[in-house]
Amino acid sequence: MSGSLTVLVRRSLRHVPIGHSMMKSLLQFGLVLFLGCSLLSSRLSAQKSTEKPKQSKPTQQQVTPLKETTIDEVVNKINEYVKQGWVDNEVQPSPQATDAEWLRRVYLDLVGHIPPGEEVDRFLADKDKAKHRKLVDKLLEDPGYIRNWTTIWTNNTIGRRTPRRVSRVGMQKFFREAFARNLPWNEIVYELVSAEGHFEENGAVNYLLAQMTMNDNGVQAAAKTTRLFMGLQVQCTQCHDHPFNDWKQSQFWQFNSFFRQMRRVNHRKYDPKSGRQVDDYSEIVWKSFEGPVYFERRDATMRVAYPKFFKQNVKSDSETDRRKELAKLMISGEKPLIATAKVNRMWGHFFGYGFTRPIDDMGPHNAASHPELLDYLANQFVKSGYDLKKLIRWITYSEAYRLTSRTTDKNKIDNPAAGETPLFSHMYLKSMQAEQLYDSLIVATSAHRAGRSDWSQAERQRQQWMQQFVIAFDTDENDETTTFNGTIPQALMLMNGALTENAVNIKAGSYLRKVLSNRRNKDIVKITKLYLATLGRKPSKKELNALSRMFRANRNADMRLKTFQDLFWALLNSNEFIFNH
Amino acid sequence: MKIKMSRRHFINHLTASAATIPTLQFISEVRANATKIKKNQKACILVWLGGGPPTIDMWDLKPNSPNGGEFKPISTAGDGQICELFPKLAKQMNDFSLIRSMSTREADHTRGRYYMYTAYVPNPTVTHPTFGSVVSKELGEKRSNLEIPAFVAIGGNPGSPGFLGMTHSPFSVGPDGRIRNANRGSVDRVRLQQRLSMLNVIESNFIESNRGDSPQAHKDVYSKAVNLMTSKQMEAFQVTKESPKIRAAYGENNFGRGLLMARRLVEQGVPFIEVNFPGSWDMHSTVFNRLRTSIPQLDSGLSALTTDLKQRGLLGDVTIVCIGEFGRTPRINQNTGRDHWASSWSALIGGGNLKNGQVIGKTDKDGTRIEGKSYLPGDLWATVANSLGIPLSRVYQSKRGRPMKIVNGGTPIKELVG
Repeated sequence: MSGSLTVLVRRSLRHVPIGHSMMKSLLQFGLVLFLGCSLLSSRLSAQKSTEKPKQSKPTQQQVTPLKETTIDEVVNKINEYVKQGWVDNEVQPSPQATDAEWLRRVYLDLVGHIPPGEEVDRFLADKDKAKHRKLVDKLLEDPGYIRNWTTIWTNNTIGRRTPRRVSRVGMQKFFREAFARNLPWNEIVYELVSAEGHFEENGAVNYLLAQMTMNDNGVQAAAKTTRLFMGLQVQCTQCHDHPFNDWKQSQFWQFNSFFRQMRRVNHRKYDPKSGRQVDDYSEIVWKSFEGPVYFERRDATMRVAYPKFFKQNVKSDSETDRRKELAKLMISGEKPLIATAKVNRMWGHFFGYGFTRPIDDMGPHNAASHPELLDYLANQFVKSGYDLKKLIRWITYSEAYRLTSRTTDKNKIDNPAAGETPLFSHMYLKSMQAEQLYDSLIVATSAHRAGRSDWSQAERQRQQWMQQFVIAFDTDENDETTTFNGTIPQALMLMNGALTENAVNIKAGSYLRKVLSNRRNKDIVKITKLYLATLGRKPSKKELNALSRMFRANRNADMRLKTFQDLFWALLNSNEFIFNH
Repeated sequence: MKIKMSRRHFINHLTASAATIPTLQFISEVRANATKIKKNQKACILVWLGGGPPTIDMWDLKPNSPNGGEFKPISTAGDGQICELFPKLAKQMNDFSLIRSMSTREADHTRGRYYMYTAYVPNPTVTHPTFGSVVSKELGEKRSNLEIPAFVAIGGNPGSPGFLGMTHSPFSVGPDGRIRNANRGSVDRVRLQQRLSMLNVIESNFIESNRGDSPQAHKDVYSKAVNLMTSKQMEAFQVTKESPKIRAAYGENNFGRGLLMARRLVEQGVPFIEVNFPGSWDMHSTVFNRLRTSIPQLDSGLSALTTDLKQRGLLGDVTIVCIGEFGRTPRINQNTGRDHWASSWSALIGGGNLKNGQVIGKTDKDGTRIEGKSYLPGDLWATVANSLGIPLSRVYQSKRGRPMKIVNGGTPIKELVG
């Protein structure tokens, strides 16, 4: 029943212009239903008290937990909800992805690079029916998992271009430890919001330091925190009430007032070599602040705002540590916004689209495509103790995640790239992120086996390469655009740039040379090896026919070598390579 | 080694299946015949003085004021007097006008640049397109023979295409004509062709597997990139192909070369070129000495460009704008410099079949206030849009579906457009 309402709301949203009174009443009805559903589900699930963050916390109400939901129960529920969406919208799902497709996808999504050629062979040959789940489990324990999510969250918190006087190394250290220990998400959020101290000793501090590059009294910190962790876009409300949702200007400033007791201190030191003062380290320290913040309405009247988190008032005296109180409030409750926002973001990571678009603009003004599913998962996420690996398992074990990205006539309309609401009846294409491209090129050329000396050196090399990438392809940070943004400079770089040139090198000792060195292997075997290493699949008959002709045409040994090089170049530059499908 | 192949021989040589591969030789020969310069192709050259130039010393001097500075104004072929350090440009001021009443409120570099580029004040909810991207969309898209990008930025920090999308990104070039990664690397044309054939096999396979529109879009961008790499129009970036005499007239420095490149690009049909003046105009100290170094380059460059365009019959079709992100304070500071000042400054505009030779607007005797009507960035760009034939009724949609008027609803300056 609610499913058809979803359809109705969705279809109306597409065609009815905003502001129409019917729209408003539909939204209200939808909101009532949404609230009804969440009330219902929160009654059903129990709030298990989670591992408490370090500092003194308000004692959470101890509720007797019900029997813990198993992974299978959650996965079945996900499958049920998604299937309902297909039925309601009269689409049929695509078939399952081939093992080769799925393997490549899950590698890119979990560990940020394509599977090595030998892994593809192994997985394709494996007859174990449970191999898909086992692979997910294996990758969750792979060091690549830690590296991948550290990269993602470092980019999310401090950007690809590290702002001045922020320690990228410190930020990465924080996330590496968090993901290595599988720290619960609510603890990660708590740390990031309440952090204090030296930017290398307490890496978490870099998140806020990156929002404090201008003397803006915590405006950027407030806007970014609500967006990144709670999925609320309130930048507009700095100056006026939000045009589409219920956020008022006063709420922005109430929120901002939580960030007024922190101050950035930059320490400099004397550098004997240059004879000048250079940056030493930065830190966040306590700043005394009490009372309200003042803000100006558009009619130029001044107003006050006290620290208030939605309905919760927080003391505004000089003794209360507002930021800690904020952090506590953000993570408390049976289904706080940090849970729904994280579920939405995580779903979007794996499927290319979340339940809302954009992924970090949630609320009644931006209806979720699958509100009950979102709600259910958020509840389960909290119940699990904000366990990120569990959340990932639920998503990757699901039916929808197993589907191919090929569309069929029965689900062509499921096209979010064209603006339609996603139904997840087939997987969607995602572009590789720059770091994924780099790491994948390393894997495609087996350079990862040469044994990376140490983590920090590998990271430095990748950072160096990223710099030119970031400069060439600078996008608005608020954008959800992925890496292949379709500019000519990017295509030029991939075609002629140093990284590709290195990868297709045929000098002695290079990867290509090794693949081609076994004289006994026929061309077809060699071609297949290159395909496996890059696209994670074997070439089709049609492709082999077309390519073999080109190889036969080149008889002399030198030309043959170069022809293989050209093939490798083509594989690395292809759309199939750069898209995660 | 140039291999001249007949078309049939070439096709036989290619054993790849499936249709369209950009056949290098064939395409460039066809295109060669089509590169006759199209008359009446409009363009805009933006000369960007990054840092914010002290326009009170350049275009609107106040010799009788304590803010007057060290230079004297000289008479010109137009109505207004300009700095004595511009002897060449002075003779051509009948082809330029001075807008002495710009008032643009943003005195921060990043904000000021954004405002001047986009005609909108920075806003966290949307990224507006820089005017060059607008021109790329409105004019570039229509120029089917144009194989090189429609918005070229020579040096500098040219801004974002915003919601108009990546196709209208500025294409950055160094003043020496260097384009990153545009060379074929270590492969010759034949090898490149082989690579492209194989690429085609793999890409077609993926495109035919019904995975949405992105795979084809990828192929299209690659085609464009290859066209760029192999196009004869790329020669426009090779300033060294010009005679030494012309190069000397523009100035044997990066700025002069940049302007010369801009003229060559205009001839190929590029509708918007931004030439960044290398070196900062952010003269918080020793402003007069610094101007003594910078202005002569600007003088030579601008006058050579104007003469050159005029002689080739292009000046009517090309609008030249010379601005920075704001002006500088009338009051001279304790370091003999001028600081940021957005409330009253001057812009230089020329060509474009405008009613040139005029002075639009005025400031008071100390240069601190505008007397009468003042103009916003949107008005300046509306004037340019008018010259380029871009309708001002255009409304775009931001990514959130918010309607965005072209140039933020600015109106062309009526004294200039007539």
